[in-house]
Amino acid sequence: MSRWRLFVPLGIFSLFVGLAAYQLSQPKDEFVESAMVGEQLPQFDLRPAFASLPGAATADFTDGNPKLLNIWASWCIPCISEAPQLERLQASGVEIVGIAIRDRPEDVARFLASYGNPYVRIGADDLSEVQLEIGSSGVPETFVIDGEGKITYQHIGDIRPGDVPVLLDKLREAGE
Amino acid sequence: MKCLIAALLSILALTATAHAQDSMPPAPYAYQQLDDPGQEEQAQALMETLRCLKCQSQSIADSDAPMAGDMRHQVRSRIAAGEEPEAIRAWLIDRYGDYVSYDPKISETTWPLFAIPLILALVAGLLLWRRIGRKKGAAT
Repeated sequence: MSRWRLFVPLGIFSLFVGLAAYQLSQPKDEFVESAMVGEQLPQFDLRPAFASLPGAATADFTDGNPKLLNIWASWCIPCISEAPQLERLQASGVEIVGIAIRDRPEDVARFLASYGNPYVRIGADDLSEVQLEIGSSGVPETFVIDGEGKITYQHIGDIRPGDVPVLLDKLREAGE
Repeated sequence: MKCLIAALLSILALTATAHAQDSMPPAPYAYQQLDDPGQEEQAQALMETLRCLKCQSQSIADSDAPMAGDMRHQVRSRIAAGEEPEAIRAWLIDRYGDYVSYDPKISETTWPLFAIPLILALVAGLLLWRRIGRKKGAAT
């Protein structure tokens, strides 16, 4: 056996160590993307999350105009930081339908009074049923729904100022 | 002193918000077992092989996250309604991808997981066989 072949196991070992070190140095991607992007919005009909706005149903998304579907909750801290961005989107003429996860009417009202109300309607999802149906794995998440009720884009996490133009673009694309 | 109290209060406030969670009661079947022991057994087996999406190293059977409770409610109520466990798994995979299942199936992306150990075992066996064979050949 020639001498260089003795180094083959060491080479393979170094390769494994290198691969592990590289993977460890990469930031962990904890986002679970929905497999429902490109699919039709599932059927749901949620009661209003609080008295002043109507609830949300699948039928609300089929009037020909693209909309945002915002999954949020009054107990969710990142939802506070995305509130100004939702208001900017609303000011740009975007219709935002909210779904409040595991929330109480009085808490929803308090949140909207403190941080503004960008929604046209908010449905109450007490058992996270609609959240599971559309493949959302946390709050907040925002989906772009085209005029026929098809999910065309998912934004995971709070909407940062830089995400607003992206969402506006995706809404425009969904309307074409 | 006032500064200190203010600082302590702000730390308290921070830790309080870090644990922000809803105040709603858990879903009916989050912690309640099904009446039929056979169905509960099926549900339990399935729940142990579904990933909690909020706490990704745990199964939904192991997690106290409210979302895991809502997922257990889905599993139990669907099994109580007569749905097959594998149909419920498929329903979740349709929404979250293979990622949600702890019971990997052979597919376009997962086949190397199954193939590589087989190939390695074959190669090792072949090497051993050649070595032992050669030694025996040298001895006789």
